[in-house]
Amino acid sequence: MLADKIASIWKIIQTIPDPEIPVISVVELGVIRNVELTETETLITITPTYSGCPAMKVFEDDIIKTLEEKGFPTVKIKTVFSPAWTTDWMSEVALQKLLDYGIAPPQKGTNDKGVLFASGPKEVPCPQCKSKDTKLLSQFGSTACKAAYTCSNCGETFDYFKCI
Amino acid sequence: MDVNEALLKYCLRLGDDAMILGHRLSELCSKGPYLEEDIALTNISLDLFGQTRMMYTTAGEIEGKGRTEDDFAYKRLEPEFQNVLLVEQPNGNFGNTVARQMIFSVFYYHLFKELQTSSNEKLAAFAAKSLKETTYHMRHSCEWIVRLGDGTEESHWKIQDALNDIWSYRHELFEKDEVDETLIEAGLIPDTVTFKAAFEATIQDVLDRATIEELEEGWKATGGRKGHHSEYLGHILPIFQSIPRTYPESKW
Repeated sequence: MLADKIASIWKIIQTIPDPEIPVISVVELGVIRNVELTETETLITITPTYSGCPAMKVFEDDIIKTLEEKGFPTVKIKTVFSPAWTTDWMSEVALQKLLDYGIAPPQKGTNDKGVLFASGPKEVPCPQCKSKDTKLLSQFGSTACKAAYTCSNCGETFDYFKCI
Repeated sequence: MDVNEALLKYCLRLGDDAMILGHRLSELCSKGPYLEEDIALTNISLDLFGQTRMMYTTAGEIEGKGRTEDDFAYKRLEPEFQNVLLVEQPNGNFGNTVARQMIFSVFYYHLFKELQTSSNEKLAAFAAKSLKETTYHMRHSCEWIVRLGDGTEESHWKIQDALNDIWSYRHELFEKDEVDETLIEAGLIPDTVTFKAAFEATIQDVLDRATIEELEEGWKATGGRKGHHSEYLGHILPIFQSIPRTYPESKW
């Protein structure tokens, strides 16, 4: 059954981690947009988080390698840019995993998308001590998708996954 | 000029602007004024290279001759690049870097806002994606302008000087030639005139908050869109293209 095979592909990709944040999978991150299968070809449609994200090439290679090892026919990756990826596509499970990993997850529904001089969401709780007494250190953190915050309570500097 | 040819040239111009500025910012990798800022500048560089890849790949598809993103980036010489002169200007001091970035980001922010509704699917997708990134870049540079302008006496005069120096390079962003006219007529791109006032208002808002005095009008820099560059591009390309120039058949 085609549907079963496609479901099994989703299940397999679900095991491929984000190379930068290995606790969440590429599926949970929301970059896998579609899976198609024919007799001769497996077509995986992905969308980048940020257009220059270097992790994308790693995703692609991992997906191709993993699926071909499992015997799926020629795996091709198609990259689409529309609709543009948004942090709203990250699953609830992924948000919790980020938090457990020490990265403050994107604050859904908060207004940090202001244009000029918006200083980010009102509260980004520290993933270590849960204090809300934190401040923005830099709009750009260890990767393009994160900002750097520092906790005034426990002194920890942490990444905040920015809303886009 | 037919629409396809204009579209090809337009995509290359957007790609060239992003690539040359991306390269300029990458020169600051490990040389930023402090760690977080070093990371911020190189993250912006990375976004710009991502945008470049989208535009060069699209250009290759439009052209249909098998040229890839790497061919456009590595196998063209100065006169073939049609980036605005603004992006090739040197990094200078940190004030020069953020002044250049602010003008670029504010312009592209307004362009992308309009371009994301283009009837051309590729341009619309590119603009919608890039707008999200550019918004962060714009906020970053605008906040710095305010912090430096409304900072110490020294930071104030340095950012005032930096802005005066770069201000006349903005005109080129609004220039129109046959490429633009063809695409505007076909309804594929916005006429830059429609958002010129919004661009100026955004900048004025930043300058006011930064206590910057009225900027000086210098000579009107122009030529980049015709492939006539300042001498800087001739120094950028040999470094950027050093590997393919030395090993022309090398593959990643």
